[in-house]
Amino acid sequence: MSTSARYWREIPQRYRLEAAKCTSCGKQFFPPRLVCNGCGGREFEATKLSDKGKLATYTVIRIAPSDLTQQAPYAIGIAEFDGGLRVTAQVADVDFDELKVGMPVRIEFRRIREEGEAGILCYGYKFVPVR
Amino acid sequence: MRDVAVIGVGMQKWGELWEKSLRDIFTESALLAIDDAGVDHIESMYVGCMTSGLFAGQEHLGSLLADYLGVAPIPSLRVETACASGGAAFRQAFFDVACGEHDIVLAGGVEKMTDVDGGGATYALSTAADAEYEVYHGVTFPGLYAMMAVAHMHKYGTTRDQLAHVSVKNHHNGSKNPLAQYPFEVSLDQVKNSVAVADPLNILDCSPITDGAAAAILCPLEMAGKLSDKPPIKILSSAHATDSIALDSREDIAWLSAVEKAGEIAYTGAGLTPSDIDFVEVHDCFTIAEICVIEALGFFDRGKGGTGAESGETAMGGRIPVNPSGGLKSKGHPVGATGLAQIAEVTKQLRGGFGERQVEGATIGMAQNMGGTGGSCVVHILGSV
Repeated sequence: MSTSARYWREIPQRYRLEAAKCTSCGKQFFPPRLVCNGCGGREFEATKLSDKGKLATYTVIRIAPSDLTQQAPYAIGIAEFDGGLRVTAQVADVDFDELKVGMPVRIEFRRIREEGEAGILCYGYKFVPVR
Repeated sequence: MRDVAVIGVGMQKWGELWEKSLRDIFTESALLAIDDAGVDHIESMYVGCMTSGLFAGQEHLGSLLADYLGVAPIPSLRVETACASGGAAFRQAFFDVACGEHDIVLAGGVEKMTDVDGGGATYALSTAADAEYEVYHGVTFPGLYAMMAVAHMHKYGTTRDQLAHVSVKNHHNGSKNPLAQYPFEVSLDQVKNSVAVADPLNILDCSPITDGAAAAILCPLEMAGKLSDKPPIKILSSAHATDSIALDSREDIAWLSAVEKAGEIAYTGAGLTPSDIDFVEVHDCFTIAEICVIEALGFFDRGKGGTGAESGETAMGGRIPVNPSGGLKSKGHPVGATGLAQIAEVTKQLRGGFGERQVEGATIGMAQNMGGTGGSCVVHILGSV
């Protein structure tokens, strides 16, 4: 089992959607990086992931990893946000038939999984359809 | 740099090899390659393996396998770049010979995947994706490739049937490969009606969990005739490229830019174009993967890869036969061994006289091995001399 540091280290992204924008070329990153892969820049300004996006692609996971078998089947997708940022997350509260490329989604704070025998709750973001 | 030849290859029957350990599987294939070449020693070796630590609780493979092969204290190094580890090990062996450090070098690949249960294997494979930003959210490898498929279908109109045709074609080829894990035919309906894994991919769109190994012996081309009575197969070029391992970070979810880049380098290095290639072994870990790869390697226009298997252009006897071996789909996919199995197939095809599976008149073959969802890609072009 992982130490708690591996979990809390990602909290700025998982809870607060903190992203970064390269100050020289404007390329955005989620999660933030130390070097811009667009221009090689090393300076960034802190930004936040917009909570409105559109599904770029999706699938329904029918055979899940062992720690998520009780959730299966579940939808998962890649959504594109303002500035071209793309993020992977589950799509919650959706009928699978509704899923389509271009579908508007927003980000919500949700429980993602339980870790280890004690069932420690792990949180983060999921997409939900904007209706 | 010296010209380099493959003078021996080895691979045993792949499958669920319950009776055999990782070290036995590797040693069997290595001995087959050594005996095929007819050499009496090797001077250095490279072992491609993705994650023996997670699959078999064993790291430090270079030394372990050199010892079990009875060749210690020669230098022996394990090479890892996810499912492209085998191709990468072959590439390191190529450099070792080309630069003049050693004359007779073994490149091997191995994965023992059935020492853990299905959940354990799914977890081990998932470590080739982004742990914190893909796997954390519950995505699986079939799920990632399924998202590539949905994007490809949306953008280019690729159909469910076109995906299934890849599996049908590769199983047809594999039905003639006695070393394949699943050497049998499947029908279009069987693929489309098999168990759903991650929509739109079913279990018969996915390569299986496999135990297996494969190996090759390399030497300087000018020494090949003296060392071995096998016809030497020359390595015309070797290429490797990378991309983000997270699918969401790519410019185009339906395009494999590392494959495109490695392909370009390989073509340039060999002074060839896609139309010069007689056949290709590609990394069809999922049906959609073969479709994307044959586009990125320039055999089909962007968005047209779906027509390959459906039209018969990628079948044996077609314009560009893809995966005469049966591919990962039928032959099996012990991840670290796959790249070396491709080299073994290409070598045997180029030697000629390969029986039912022979690509008629083949003199130039390509092997394309890929890690994760295309975060790494290794391409080799080999030619008869």
